[in-house]
Amino acid sequence: MVRYIALRTLFKDVQFGVMASIDTAPASERTHLVIHPIWVRITHWINALAMVVMIGSGWEIYNASPLFDFTFSKSITLGGWLAGALLWHFAAMWVLAVNGVVYLILGLVTGRFRRKLWPIRRNELAADFKAALTFKLSHADLSVYNSVQRLLYLGVILAGVVIVLSGLAIWKPVQLQELTALFGGYEAARYVHFFAMAAIVGFLVVHVLLAIIVPRSLRAMLTGR
Amino acid sequence: MLRLRKAIPGVDPKLLIKDAAKLMPDPARRLFLRGAASVGALTLLTGCDIVDGPSAERALRVVSRFNDRAQAWLFNPDKLAPEYSESEIKRPFPFNGYYPEDEAPEVDGADFKLEVGGLIENKEPWTLEQLYALPQVSQITRLVCVEGWSAIGSWQGVRLSEFLKRLGADTRAQYVWFQCAEGYSNTIDMATALHPQTQLTLRFDNQILPRKYGFPMRCRMPTKLGFKNPKYVIGMHVTNKDLGGYWEDRGYNWHSGL
Repeated sequence: MVRYIALRTLFKDVQFGVMASIDTAPASERTHLVIHPIWVRITHWINALAMVVMIGSGWEIYNASPLFDFTFSKSITLGGWLAGALLWHFAAMWVLAVNGVVYLILGLVTGRFRRKLWPIRRNELAADFKAALTFKLSHADLSVYNSVQRLLYLGVILAGVVIVLSGLAIWKPVQLQELTALFGGYEAARYVHFFAMAAIVGFLVVHVLLAIIVPRSLRAMLTGR
Repeated sequence: MLRLRKAIPGVDPKLLIKDAAKLMPDPARRLFLRGAASVGALTLLTGCDIVDGPSAERALRVVSRFNDRAQAWLFNPDKLAPEYSESEIKRPFPFNGYYPEDEAPEVDGADFKLEVGGLIENKEPWTLEQLYALPQVSQITRLVCVEGWSAIGSWQGVRLSEFLKRLGADTRAQYVWFQCAEGYSNTIDMATALHPQTQLTLRFDNQILPRKYGFPMRCRMPTKLGFKNPKYVIGMHVTNKDLGGYWEDRGYNWHSGL
């Protein structure tokens, strides 16, 4: 318990360390100024790069043996051919996985997930969805996520976990056969991996679109405020 | 360099050393990543040299070697690939190769002699009759192709570990290298060679291995991707030198364990 508190203090220091040197406001006020602490910004952009590489190379790998009646245009895939794509995929996977684990641990230990993404209430969700679809959802305070954002961010974290686990299940169906079995076997794991990708790409479309519509949110992910 | 590179009995020389140019992005290019810079965002972020230039290829090869070590570490010599029931066998089992089925090598079984060499005591070649007379094992396992698809098949043959014992092989050596009739080749790690499900396959679905599945002999290992399971095997070497392989030399990951 003591160690846990010490850890949390440490992460709080990391969270606000950048601020402390330039800001003279009392600590209680400072906490409101930073929307995204430095570790969120760093892991966010590392993840963005790793995701783009994983998705681009993943599409090229998909093309070698398509699950559905379509293939991805060569103009949007990475790797040139199957071997090149596999090299990219199995290099970027380390970046994605290590960065993802760091993000999950920090998100849980600092309490950021609990504070920012929870709770998601059903009645708020309905109202916020309606507001979002009519472009009436407020983004005045970027430090507080509305319930639609909470649902999407939590959902994409979950999709990230599923895509890594199903990827491991496809990569190692013998050594990690228990995990593969959990996804319903090798062939089923390929579909899970594909749909998790589709969910993440769907999220990305909305996410990038909204960052363009609300440029302040992009600035916050770059500078912290 | 190796004794096996000489003319091979029972093989049509026209079929030797087929080029996989059809499958390669551009055979004239030395780098396999050329023409790969197609993700606009990445190109913008990094400058296209990093995405498809020689530096990217070098870096990716380094990571691929690291992945070989990671996979060797993850490989559990006692972990068996799942086995399936007769009813789950894929029929017809797919033919796969870098050439069409009618161009698959035709090896004359009567003339065939498996050449064995390297760090072994008994270097006498083996006839098919001698191989059929060895104790046979059977497995119904899933073949997973590097392309992503998979198929369950039924293979019968001699345990490779058992065969290596009969050769008096030095199993402390690092690799086993396979030479195939059409010029294909493969190097595998000794840990995989000694795995109980690694099999010198002589039959498919209890019938003499047909030409399309690698007559007269395939090395089947359900712990590795399909391309690491050489067909039309005519030679085998126990060695401490990584002699590479057809696809490995063209960019596929060397270990390719499952």
